[in-house]
Amino acid sequence: MKLTRIIQYIGLATVLHVASNLAIAESILVQSTTSTKNSGLYDYILPKVKADTGVTVNVVAVGTGQAIKNAERCDGDVLLVHAKASEEKFVNEGYGAKRSDLMYNDFVIVGPAADPAGIGGSGDVSKSLSTIAAKQALFASRGDDSGTHKAELRLWKAAGTDPEASSGAWYRETGSGMGATLNAAVGMGAYAMTDRATWTKFGNKGDFKIQVEGDKRLFNQYGVILVNKDKCPSVKSEAGQQFIDWLLSTKGQKAIASYTVNGNQLFFPNAK
Amino acid sequence: MFKSDPMSNNSVQQSTAVPVPLIEVDKLNLKIGDNHLLRDISVTSYTPGVTMVMGPNGAGKSLLLRCLHGLFTPTSGSIRLLNKPHEATTAFQSMVFQKAVLLRRNVIKNLEFAAPNGTPTAEITELLAKVHLNGKELQPARLLSGGEQQRLALARSLLTKPRLLLLDEPTASLDPASVLIIERLISEATEQGVKCIFISHDLGQAKRLGADIIFLHQGRLAEHTDTETFFTSPQSREAKAYLNGEIVL
Amino acid sequence: MLDNAFVEAFNLIVSGSPELTEILWLSVQVSLTALFFSITLGLPIGTSLAITEFPGKRACVTILNSLMGLPPVVVGLLVYLLLSRSGPLGVLGLLYTPTAMVIAQVVLITPIIAALAYQVMDDLHREYRDLFQSLRIPLRKAVPTYLWDARYSLVTSVLAGFGRAISEVGAVIIVGGNIDHLTRVMTTAIALETSKGELAIALALGIILLTLALIVNAAVTTVRTLGLKNAYV
Repeated sequence: MKLTRIIQYIGLATVLHVASNLAIAESILVQSTTSTKNSGLYDYILPKVKADTGVTVNVVAVGTGQAIKNAERCDGDVLLVHAKASEEKFVNEGYGAKRSDLMYNDFVIVGPAADPAGIGGSGDVSKSLSTIAAKQALFASRGDDSGTHKAELRLWKAAGTDPEASSGAWYRETGSGMGATLNAAVGMGAYAMTDRATWTKFGNKGDFKIQVEGDKRLFNQYGVILVNKDKCPSVKSEAGQQFIDWLLSTKGQKAIASYTVNGNQLFFPNAK
Repeated sequence: MFKSDPMSNNSVQQSTAVPVPLIEVDKLNLKIGDNHLLRDISVTSYTPGVTMVMGPNGAGKSLLLRCLHGLFTPTSGSIRLLNKPHEATTAFQSMVFQKAVLLRRNVIKNLEFAAPNGTPTAEITELLAKVHLNGKELQPARLLSGGEQQRLALARSLLTKPRLLLLDEPTASLDPASVLIIERLISEATEQGVKCIFISHDLGQAKRLGADIIFLHQGRLAEHTDTETFFTSPQSREAKAYLNGEIVL
Repeated sequence: MLDNAFVEAFNLIVSGSPELTEILWLSVQVSLTALFFSITLGLPIGTSLAITEFPGKRACVTILNSLMGLPPVVVGLLVYLLLSRSGPLGVLGLLYTPTAMVIAQVVLITPIIAALAYQVMDDLHREYRDLFQSLRIPLRKAVPTYLWDARYSLVTSVLAGFGRAISEVGAVIIVGGNIDHLTRVMTTAIALETSKGELAIALALGIILLTLALIVNAAVTTVRTLGLKNAYV
């Protein structure tokens, strides 16, 4: 390869990189969850954010656990997840400045139309989980330290069961995001716990239905946190705060409420 | 075209001065693995021109040539060529292999690849004409006939202006026209002072070209004498049998 | 499902969807750029390895061949840790950019190209070794000569590298983040659609990706065949 050609190409690559970086200049990176991404919420509100504030918001959607770790590594400006205890720990350890309630929805338990555990229509999640364990009905878990996973584990504990003892038997831990886990659940004919938003938008439901819903314990709170500039000097605090302010503002909260899929509202704003 | 060698080109000096050893091999041994392939070969040749290396298949002729050329390192023994220590001679040697190895490009580019820096194009064209390949400059070299390829290989070797030219059965299985061209070129080279060491199975060729003959058998030197003596009164049992047309084991 | 997917694929292409074009174009850009750098690194490395002798050469070749099996997700992880803000190259701010994806793919496919080139050159070296030694050709002249002479055999190695790059998802999704309009390529889009349960769309994208790969392979093979006629032999 002629040397001049190599230099030309490196130059081109550098220019492209710088150009793409400039495009990111007035942009922030949000570490968020697969549930919010898969529900289509971001596709709906981010153009509004851009129009109102001029900030381009780039979202990396991974499990809550990974999102928090990424933010601790300073690979994000804003954290938007749904695991309150972990979020508060994040703030207490100094990684985040302040945590704010953003919106909520609820979890549901979905399962095959045949309903092998016979829990369909139940409003008691604790009883349903115990029944599933007792009958050893297949259950697909996130198994990935995400907000949904942590919530699920809390519910098993409250029901007095340790499903992990049966991991690999009837309790199947996929270690994946919500969508992948739902694909697996439908494929295996297994029950699964999912947030309603992802489920509503999900395109591969097969013959599955929502079997358990409405229990207060299925409440799912989302929080938003600006990553602390003291810990992460590279954080774009100003733009990040602009985004958060928009989300918590009346306008933002209204926008969240107005997002519907098939006529269903998926997220309920509850910023204070 | 050929680098003139003051030593062998001056016939007056040759007849009165001390003869210079052109090939000096002393107790050469080559072992590869458990095989002792060249055994204690010691031979000295003062004869200018073409030294033929002959012998039955497997006698070690190719191996000997490769040791001289530096492609193999002998296990023991020493080599001097053109009265110089071996390390100093690899720079002015060239070798023509049994099967021509040409690059995957056209004829002229093959020559340009081997040509020393600053070789004028005219010289390359002249050489091409000498091997009767003029007009075929842009042909893919590997599509030439066997004879043409070997002529090209010889031209390539001569382009580097060697003082010592090694040839490993260069004309085996070539058409007579190519053999003629090659032999003519070698004679011309020796007239210009290039020393040639030539492996051949062709008795007629040995008679035509050879000044002296090194006869190997099973890795050992069986005989070394001038061509005429070799053909009229060979001394060794193996050479006698070989010339008789017998299979020499 | 499959016929749905074909129909979906056809519709997507015919509609000239700008999202599809964007994703396709980014896939090609990232993988071609990565291929370029991998060739620049991998071909000389593979060739030099074949031509030179040194103690430990066999170990090097074994290691090189093993690196062909580097799992993309592992490469993604390693590059992520490297480029993370809290990592050694964090100051460059390369994470979640197409550049990061290029880097990850370079790490992934350079060993493939080098190892396959080594194989081709090892064979060529058997043929050329004595000649090059006889003509006393230095390494810096030998390497480009070998590369040029073996160009048609090397085409396969290059195609293998490209195929690996354009089809992998593990590395680019970790270092790129699959961000809309920024780092979303065909494979990560397929992963996303799958996770949304939109299997027909995912398959359709897969079909389009496969078609692209087919076109590339066909084009290169044609060039190769034409060239072979010209006496490469």
